[in-house]
Amino acid sequence: MINELLFMNGYAVYVFSAFGFTLLSFLSLYLVTKVQFIEEQNKFVAKFGSLNTEQAISAKSQRINKEILADATNN
Amino acid sequence: MFKLLEPNKIFQITSKAPKYVLFLFVVVMSVGLVEALILSPEDYKQSDAVRIMYVHVPAAWISLGIFSSITILSFSGFIFKNKNFFLISKSLAPSGFVFNIIALVTGSIWGKPTWGTWWAWDARITSMLILALFYALYLISWRIYENEEKVFKISTFITILGIINVPIIKYSVDWWNTLHQPASINILSKSSIHSSMLYPLLIMTAAFALFSLLIFLMKYNTELIKIKNKGLDRL
Repeated sequence: MINELLFMNGYAVYVFSAFGFTLLSFLSLYLVTKVQFIEEQNKFVAKFGSLNTEQAISAKSQRINKEILADATNN
Repeated sequence: MFKLLEPNKIFQITSKAPKYVLFLFVVVMSVGLVEALILSPEDYKQSDAVRIMYVHVPAAWISLGIFSSITILSFSGFIFKNKNFFLISKSLAPSGFVFNIIALVTGSIWGKPTWGTWWAWDARITSMLILALFYALYLISWRIYENEEKVFKISTFITILGIINVPIIKYSVDWWNTLHQPASINILSKSSIHSSMLYPLLIMTAAFALFSLLIFLMKYNTELIKIKNKGLDRL
C-alpha cells in the first residue's frame, strides 16, 4: 500500500510536487503574515512604552489599545 | 449595521480567532489530505494524476471568490464611504493572490501528464493569468500610493476592471474550444463528478477556505495595529 501511495502509477512526481508547492505556499504566506503581525505589534509596544503618563492614560482609554497590549504580552 | 463591524469593536474577536481557525484548519486539512491522497479512487482515464484536482480546483474557486468579494467590498466602501470595507478588502487580497498562483502552478503540473504540455495559451489558463495580474496590480496600488483617498479610488477601479474577467474565466470552457473540460460540478443541476471524488474535493475546499480566513484575520489585525501605531504618533 505504501509503495502504491509513493508510486501512484507513475504520477507521484506530479501529484507530490503539486501538493508540495501548495503546502509550501501556505507555510510561506503564514510565516510572512505572522512576521508582519509581530513586527507591527512590537512597534506598538515600543511606541506605547515611550509615551508619558498622561499620553499613556489617554491611549489606554481606548479598549482596542488595551487589547493590543494584552495580546502582545500573551504572545 | 456597519457600526457593528467597526474595527474597535471587533478587534476583541479578530485578535483571538486566529488560533481557533488555525486549529480547525489543521484538522480539516489533515482529513482532506488523507482523503485526497489515499482514500479517494483514481480516475479511469487520468489515473492518479487526477489527485492534483484536490489542490488545483479549490485554489481556483477561492481565488475567484476572494476577487469577487474584494470588488463588492471596495465598491461598497466607495458608495458608503466606509474605510473598514477597504481594510477588509486589502486583508483578503494576499491569500487570494497566493491561491491564484497555486491554481496556475498546479494546473501547469497537471497539464504535463494529461495534455503533454506545461503551458498552453488556452482561454481558461490565460484568463486566470490575467486575474493574477489584476491581483498584483491591486496589491501594488496599496504599496505605491500613500494618499488614502487616491488608493481607495485606484484599488476600486482595478477591482471593477478585473471583475469583468471573472465571468470570462467561469464560462471560457463553454464559450471557446479549450483544453479544459467543461465544469463537472454544478450547483443548479446534477454534478457529473462521483461522490467519492466530490467529498474529498469539498473537504479540501473547506480547508482552503479556513486558511484564507486565517490569513485574512492575521492581516486584518496587522492593519488595525498599523492604524493604532499612527494614532500613537499623533498623541
